[in-house]
Amino acid sequence: MEGQSVEELLAKAERDEAEKLQRITVHKELELEFDLGNLLASDRNPPTGLRHAGPTQEAELRALARDNTQLLINQLWQLPTDRVEEALVARLPEPTTRLPREKPVPRPRPLTRWQQFARLKGIRPKKKTNLVWDEGSGQWRRRWGYQRARDDTKEWLIEVPGNADPMEDQFAKRIQAKKERVAKNELNRLRNLARAHKRQLPSAAGLHPTGHQSKEELGRAVQVAKVSTASVGRFQERLPKEKAPRVSGKKRKFQPLFGDFAAEKKSQLEMLRIMNSKKPQLDVTRATNKQMREEDQEEAAKRRKMSQKGKRKGGRQGPGGKRKGGPPSQGGTRKGGPPSQGGTRKGGPPSQGGKRKGGLGGKMNSGRPGLSGKRKGGQHQGGKRRK
Amino acid sequence: MRPLTEEETRVMFEKIAKYIGENLQLLVDRPDGTYCFRLHNERVYYVSEKILKLAANISGDKLVSLGTCFGKFTKTHRFRLHITALDYLAPYAKYKVWIKPGAEQSFLYGNHVLKSGLGRITENTSQYQGVVVYSMADIPLKFLK
Repeated sequence: MEGQSVEELLAKAERDEAEKLQRITVHKELELEFDLGNLLASDRNPPTGLRHAGPTQEAELRALARDNTQLLINQLWQLPTDRVEEALVARLPEPTTRLPREKPVPRPRPLTRWQQFARLKGIRPKKKTNLVWDEGSGQWRRRWGYQRARDDTKEWLIEVPGNADPMEDQFAKRIQAKKERVAKNELNRLRNLARAHKRQLPSAAGLHPTGHQSKEELGRAVQVAKVSTASVGRFQERLPKEKAPRVSGKKRKFQPLFGDFAAEKKSQLEMLRIMNSKKPQLDVTRATNKQMREEDQEEAAKRRKMSQKGKRKGGRQGPGGKRKGGPPSQGGTRKGGPPSQGGTRKGGPPSQGGKRKGGLGGKMNSGRPGLSGKRKGGQHQGGKRRK
Repeated sequence: MRPLTEEETRVMFEKIAKYIGENLQLLVDRPDGTYCFRLHNERVYYVSEKILKLAANISGDKLVSLGTCFGKFTKTHRFRLHITALDYLAPYAKYKVWIKPGAEQSFLYGNHVLKSGLGRITENTSQYQGVVVYSMADIPLKFLK
């Protein structure tokens, strides 16, 4: 009995062994191709069992996958291993399959200005040595960069040239020149980049004064100039009829919904005050212009009447004499009037503007010569000139 | 919903001031509470602070209206005053026009008023002045320019 059980056990062990082996070893007609760098196994065996195209392929597919994976792992076990922090790691070889490009091929960059020039002239880069002998320090130094051989900004003695201002700081001048060269280089580099990507430098938009700029370019230049202040154009004054610049690009920022109510009220009242204070001044100018026009029409009518009377009486002297006396006195009263009231006019209430004397300060003197030119008769002009 | 910007406030005040002039500051600065103007969907609402705080709890797309609608800003940012503002313009109106009862009905239906239908009018009203039209019983009817 026990012997039988022992035999049974042994047989069972053997069977288990065989099963295991069977599981591990997989028989394939064609060997698989392995790319262990990518953990890839390619099976070229024809899939004969899977041609039925029925719904019950699941088990066969699964078996196939298991077999192929088993083969791949068998291969992995044969690789040289490392021990990394208590874990056994297989060292994968280099991948042999070439993966396709992720992104498209880069376009050839346009040549920079120097490259174009060099190509045109046939200039080739000369091979230069890295180190140069520096006499001053008595050692080999690099051609450019940190602690270079001939750094003219580091000299301790500079002779002032004959034609230069003796008070000028030559050291500062050299440092300034260096800074300018660096800035110029940077600008050229950015320009080359912009040309390569066919984009405009933000500072260059419309800012090349050629004398033939279009209206849009000038507008753009004005916009850029307006924004190029320390407060980014926030406190720039506008011309009387110029519209506020449209905020472009970034999102508009509004006041918060429950801001300070008192402050809001105050600013609104202030705005109202300004609006109300501005209103009367326009009315004053309008009223005075209207008044002056009426007066001039009256005077024109009067003069025409007087000239007719003069013709009838005969001789230019009479009317001329009369006219001599007439206009100066009128002009005198008028000219005497405004200066005293001109000072009060602008600040005063609107009612003052309606009155005659108050309004004539600014416009009257300029109005006179033009009006005299409009007189119909030559006699009138003669009368004026005689004065 | 947001407060008005400087530009928008100026445009709106100019429009309202055509009807009520300097009395506008009585609308802005009220003794009986803080009232403010808020913009929502291009319309301007005149609302008390209390109601504004309640309205802030409603999401913007669900909020239809709050307080009194004074008017709206058109696409080209001009301000158009609506009839709902009449209640606030009428008490402060500078120039008023009263219409006789006979012409009132026709006027309300949109027809012009003849000179015979005009009852009273404040003196010194210049041509093209903004006025508020009342019926003989002192009920404000419209505001016109």
